[in-house]
Amino acid sequence: MPNLSDLKNRIASVKSTRKITKAMQMVAAAKLRRAQEAAEAGRPYAERFNAVMGGLAASVGTSDGAPRLLAGTGSDQTQLLIVMTAERGLCGGFNGNIAKLAKAEAGKLIAAGKTVKILTVGKKGREAIKRDLGEHFIGHVDLSEVKSVGYANASDIAQDVLTRFDAGEFDVAKIYYSKFQSVISQIPTEQQIIPASFEAVEEDATASTSYDYEPSEEGILADLLPRGVATQIFSALLENGASEQGARMSAMDNATRNAGDMIDKLTIQYNRTRQAVITNELIEIISGAEAL
Amino acid sequence: MAMMQFELVSPERKLASAEVSEVQIPGAEGDFTAMPDHAPVITTLRPGYLTVVSPSGTEQYFVTGGFAEISSESATVLAERAYAKADMTSDLQAELLAEAEAHHAAAGTDASAKLVADMTAGVALT
Repeated sequence: MPNLSDLKNRIASVKSTRKITKAMQMVAAAKLRRAQEAAEAGRPYAERFNAVMGGLAASVGTSDGAPRLLAGTGSDQTQLLIVMTAERGLCGGFNGNIAKLAKAEAGKLIAAGKTVKILTVGKKGREAIKRDLGEHFIGHVDLSEVKSVGYANASDIAQDVLTRFDAGEFDVAKIYYSKFQSVISQIPTEQQIIPASFEAVEEDATASTSYDYEPSEEGILADLLPRGVATQIFSALLENGASEQGARMSAMDNATRNAGDMIDKLTIQYNRTRQAVITNELIEIISGAEAL
Repeated sequence: MAMMQFELVSPERKLASAEVSEVQIPGAEGDFTAMPDHAPVITTLRPGYLTVVSPSGTEQYFVTGGFAEISSESATVLAERAYAKADMTSDLQAELLAEAEAHHAAAGTDASAKLVADMTAGVALT
């Protein structure tokens, strides 16, 4: 039987743990709101951008002179996986799920005889896949100093990726991140960014207005495609930010609840033990008195 | 007076959305003014000032690049980065100029040289 002071200490320590998880949950909730706002604020740009690009890509995409960013290099031998995760842990399965998806894809590609290169964004994902795929790493982007992700961060990553693409380091690039669905559900997602793929816009949207392009369609495409890469990375970073906070919030909510349950159990055990001790003492006193 | 819907969007947020009568846009091929019933055009931008004229007054924004989509009843400007004219401090101007020059030093192409020249001209208008 555990003694009373041990139990008391346990209860105190679980209580302070609960305080910490509760505080983290509230911080995550506040950050989540901000992250969601940022994600929402970024949506009009991305939507517009994709609409215009979709129209452009549809009219230029089939011609021979299409830029390589759109048409691809004609090969898919070397694939770059950009794995975007959080800088911190304690957010449930968030990092693990993204890493798992990327790992599965990398395994498939390697089995098919392709060359895999990995660029990691965020420390946690790097740690998670380092053991299995460490030799495929070609770079890492550290965002731990960044308080709120800005377009400049995405633009830097895109610049790095594009430089590598121009140098012929890879043929296909995919990003891995988590789509924010709700606080309890974030969906690990794979998205191809090079060669660019745009969701087909509705027919009537393009048919009703035929635009003049200044400079030429090709000129605009050449200018916009690199921006498209940055835009996609930026939206992914924003989604990821919201997902991370959402995941952390629900993970900490669970932890707080578990700590509460544990405290209840320990308190019952403590009270039982205390009563047992009192009963024992009474028995001793009574039997002592009887003996006299 | 005929009006058109104007929107200025940056990747991070929507900067302006209003009913306006005309928008002067620094297009890559030269400045032009979009008014209601303009022919549909998509153009890239060079660094410079975007002037928005609406019944409530005239506003100016500095854009570093991006593109504009003009249709007969709307003008949407998707700017890489955009600042209201009031926010254009000399520090910010110097920063933008330095960035353009750094880009030119790294790229060393005609396009990046043009960017520096456009940025210098655009900033000088402040």
